Amino acid sequence: MAIIERPAPTVPAVVTPTSTYGVLKRPVSATGWRSWVFTVDHKKIGIMYGATAMFFFIVGGVEALLIRLQLAAPNGKVLNADLYNQMFTMHATTMVFLFVMPMAAAFANYFVPLQIGARDVAFPRLNAFSFWALLFGGIFLNLAWFLGGAADGGWFMYAPNSGPVFSPTNGVDFWALGLQITGIASLAGAINLIITVLNMRAPGMSLMKMPIFTWMITVVQFLLLFAVPVITVALFLLSFQRNFGARFFDVAAGADPLLWQHLFWIFGHPEVYILILPSFGIISEVLPVFSRKPLFGYPFVVFSGAAIGFVGWGVWAHHMFASGLGPVSVAVFSLTTMAIAVPTGVKIINWTLTMWGGKLWFTTAMKFAIGLIVLFTVGGLSGVTHSVAPSDTQQTDTYYIVAHFHYVLFGGAVLGIFSGFYYWWPKVFGKMLNEKLGSWNFWLMIIGLNLTFGPMHILGLQGQPRRMYRWTEARAGEGFFNLAFWNMIASIGSFILTTGILMFLINVWVTWRNPKKAPLDPWDARSLEWMTTNPPKEHNFDVIPTVHHLDEFFHRKYEEDATTHTMKQVATAEELMAEQERNADKHIHMPSPSYWPIVLAFALPIITFGIIYSYLISVVGGVIVLFAAYGWALESSTAPDSDFENNTPGTALAIHD
Amino acid sequence: MTDVTHDHASSTGISNVKLGMWAFLGSECLLFGGLISTYMLYRGRVTGGPRPSQIFDIPFTSVSSFILLMSSLTMVLAVSAAHKEDDRKINLWLTVTALLGATFVGGQVYEFTAFYKEGLGFSTSLFGSSFYTLTGFHGVHVTVGIIMLMSLVGILKRSKVPGKKAEVVEMIGLYWHFVDIVWIVIFTLVYLIPV
Ligand code: HEM
Repeated sequence: MAIIERPAPTVPAVVTPTSTYGVLKRPVSATGWRSWVFTVDHKKIGIMYGATAMFFFIVGGVEALLIRLQLAAPNGKVLNADLYNQMFTMHATTMVFLFVMPMAAAFANYFVPLQIGARDVAFPRLNAFSFWALLFGGIFLNLAWFLGGAADGGWFMYAPNSGPVFSPTNGVDFWALGLQITGIASLAGAINLIITVLNMRAPGMSLMKMPIFTWMITVVQFLLLFAVPVITVALFLLSFQRNFGARFFDVAAGADPLLWQHLFWIFGHPEVYILILPSFGIISEVLPVFSRKPLFGYPFVVFSGAAIGFVGWGVWAHHMFASGLGPVSVAVFSLTTMAIAVPTGVKIINWTLTMWGGKLWFTTAMKFAIGLIVLFTVGGLSGVTHSVAPSDTQQTDTYYIVAHFHYVLFGGAVLGIFSGFYYWWPKVFGKMLNEKLGSWNFWLMIIGLNLTFGPMHILGLQGQPRRMYRWTEARAGEGFFNLAFWNMIASIGSFILTTGILMFLINVWVTWRNPKKAPLDPWDARSLEWMTTNPPKEHNFDVIPTVHHLDEFFHRKYEEDATTHTMKQVATAEELMAEQERNADKHIHMPSPSYWPIVLAFALPIITFGIIYSYLISVVGGVIVLFAAYGWALESSTAPDSDFENNTPGTALAIHD
Repeated sequence: MTDVTHDHASSTGISNVKLGMWAFLGSECLLFGGLISTYMLYRGRVTGGPRPSQIFDIPFTSVSSFILLMSSLTMVLAVSAAHKEDDRKINLWLTVTALLGATFVGGQVYEFTAFYKEGLGFSTSLFGSSFYTLTGFHGVHVTVGIIMLMSLVGILKRSKVPGKKAEVVEMIGLYWHFVDIVWIVIFTLVYLIPV
């Protein structure tokens, strides 16, 4: 019996690979770039998702700034009409598919396994594949900029705008095929997280003891599971039309122009909940922690989230009120749309009551969470005005709509994401972000956001259409309704907003150079992910916790005093950690790194590239897919026991007895 | 040993791979749902090309449908052999299933060629585009299934399947049955119900 010294080092058993059935030896590096590229660790993958999403946030942000520069004054000369079309199309595509969704995936990947007390996701290699497919898909989408021009039909790409007559460049091809790849990534990710949540919860964690963030992510994954295939069909139809001569959207052949619109919005409306629910989940974690109270009405928050998930399927046609659906359809969808405001309202009430009477602690994370509640409500209210179909007919395709969806997307989804950054940064990187810079970050963003998108309500009601590459002085209104004034304000606002976002990047930079080490439990938090070291060990938990409560970590730290009925601290986070380490599991075999996920993902853009340029290239891609699929199938996800034998002392967690 | 992804008692009692396949098939329902809706919307729009009733050869397609359905039966036999750990029978039934599937795909290729000769190209009409897309997607699914079956036979021969054998056979079986069921829906809606 060889006992390796304690406290347990953070690196689990090192693998000495046997060859993978004569193909390739498994990658083993625990450091350097290889440890990232071939990793299957959900935490590393989460971080890579985050970095990728942040990069695309900057890309989409630059595109937004160019749009606002163009519109700052009449007769803008920054962009021509064609480039402007590409700009808003790619701005929206980037923000939705390459920033908000991957950022939600980043949080989900990192925290769902930690919150449910698991050591990894159900399919670690599939997880790595999802990430790489997302990255390569995103790059592929943006390649179009350099190969003749990007997609220019608006982010919902209605026919016939998407056809070769109005979009002669390859931009739409890159768009349709690129989104197909990111769709595969989302689908694989959804299956993975659903199975993880269903199957890998720590003992004792019933569904109703699951942290609320995990709940919201689960609802989102179900939405993805059923929404992605619908957009897949739509994109296939579009690609087949453009690349293989199918007739689907050819009105001359009798095609129905509404087909695309229905398919797109059956996907598209669940999609907006896919964008917002993760942020709802984040702030439902943040608010209780910084109010020092449990979440008010946890079951209501869970069920209203699930209700949004269901009803979200029944409202898609409210994006099509102006397309001549007929009065009955319009009336029905108008009502369902009003109905969906109810569960959303329930959530807002729950959050407010969570804070009510709490000992509020205004950290940056908390401020962003409160910011979300306020600004999302503004966006929600203008949303209810659209649900009234006659009023929507006036507002549709004006800046009023642009104002609405930026309040819900930026004021909702993005603020929630920033709240998550500040809340979980110490967990992920073991360093605190600076609160003072955080405050600047928050206030500049809030001011910028309102200055940018607030005036757009007025512009829209004055009739300024969206997607117009310039406006002329001749259209400018009088006095308070002067278009020139409010356009200028909106553009100035967008630069203030950008400065706010820069503050975040500066904050990251500064605290990276001069790190302030994060305490084990900086916020006195409640859920299981905080019952790990900062950053967590590769295997997350030395011992898998048995769960007895919602907010398990809190209940291990505090117990109710029988006489005074107040919560009394009985243990510190440090003590709980030490106890875990004392009882650490022996022989933890983590899933082993693998080449196949990245190889398989890389084949996808090769195939799609070939569809645009030459089928020969596609064949090469197909061969790589087969090769990678066999390699994958023949390799077991965790290296065989024999590979674990030659442990170097001190790096292994295993005790041989 | 605490292995993270296997062996670990799952909360639902169903293994990860099987549950994962169920989730995937749920998603596939909407994929085919979208394609079938598109076809149903467009099947009458022929713009001068042949109409469905002019080209469909119902007896032929009925036979190939029957063959595909039989392959579900042999798949069941393969799964039951896998539970009994009877390697010879597993191989036998998997191979027969793949052969029946291949016969179906062969029939589809023949059918497509015949339709094409009768004047129904991919670009001829909305009917043509949506017919080939829908049945083509199904054909690709069957083909992928055949590849998986044959690979499984090869891998089992070298007995190198990672994880439990019966699990893997069962998982592919789920996929195979799903593809068959989809065909029943397609066959009914596309071939049997007149426009
Ligand atoms: C950095 C701050 C942002 C600014 C200044 C900004 C600005 C704009 C403007 C001015 C438009 C209208 C273009 C037009 O119709 O002519 C627009 C469109 C749009 N934006 Fe943003 N935006 C920002 C962030 C975001 C974010 C974070 C999201 C999503 C999560 C987003 C999603 C969209 C969408 C979906 C459109 C519609 C594009 C289309 O009409 O196809 N934006 N943005």
